[in-house]
Amino acid sequence: MIRKGWWKLLAFLLLFFTSIYGFIVKVPKLDDRLEHSIRNMFFHVPMWFAMMILLFVSVWYAAKFLRTTSPIDDFYSKAFAATGTLYGFLGLSTGAIWANYQWGSPWSGDPKQNGAAIAMLIYLAYFVLRGSMTDEDKRSRIAAVYNIFAFFMLFPTLWILPRLTESLHPGGQGSEGNPGINGKDMDANMRSVFYPAVIGWTLLGVWVSTIKIRYEILKAK
Amino acid sequence: MKKYFKSFLLVLFAIVCFIGAKAQDVAANTNTDVMRSNGKIYVVMAVVATIVTGLFVYVYSIDKKISKLENK
Repeated sequence: MIRKGWWKLLAFLLLFFTSIYGFIVKVPKLDDRLEHSIRNMFFHVPMWFAMMILLFVSVWYAAKFLRTTSPIDDFYSKAFAATGTLYGFLGLSTGAIWANYQWGSPWSGDPKQNGAAIAMLIYLAYFVLRGSMTDEDKRSRIAAVYNIFAFFMLFPTLWILPRLTESLHPGGQGSEGNPGINGKDMDANMRSVFYPAVIGWTLLGVWVSTIKIRYEILKAK
Repeated sequence: MKKYFKSFLLVLFAIVCFIGAKAQDVAANTNTDVMRSNGKIYVVMAVVATIVTGLFVYVYSIDKKISKLENK
């Protein structure tokens, strides 16, 4: 799949569609403050969706590495973790911009914000850990084990803890809601942009990761 | 993929030129220009579309360079 190009073109078409139609599509009026900033659903939210998918691929290859101990699997794991973390930081910063105009300040200590920040720090530690070791075999092995730990820390930080308290994020009603997004806020029109956006951003992340992987493979030769 | 890429870029360029020319036509005499309506939000749309396109051209060029190295 890496060598074939059709999905790269698909990524471009989906994101081009998103960046055009995302501004044109009719959006529902949810409250007086939100106005058109609801269109951030097409740019801010897909960052998190794509991040979760990329980090899942990363942990998949980390587990695979522990079985095979093939350096290629380690390259995959590292590249997908790097792209996933980048997406996470893009999600944090775009969220801060949006929050400044919706909630009044870029950082309100919202449980979702704090959780995401903790998750990102845990993934930063992954790269610190990698950088601290010179022995390649040991580095890959320890990094793979840590990667599994880091991925499973996403569960409490992103999915469980924000559900336990009130959140500023839509849908955050204590333990009842999903504090990330409120699915009911999106009508059919918005969905027709949102899902292509998620797929497009994810494919772009996969593309960038594969380039990193191919670079690492070339360097290892 | 490589074969189609150039023609694809050409078509895209043609579309952008066409929209640009059309927008200028309208802007010359009336106020109904799409780009100037709705608080000029479509200017932002054009900027985002340009960034996304530029980003993809860049990633594609890196992809091509890596492919060249791999084929050596």
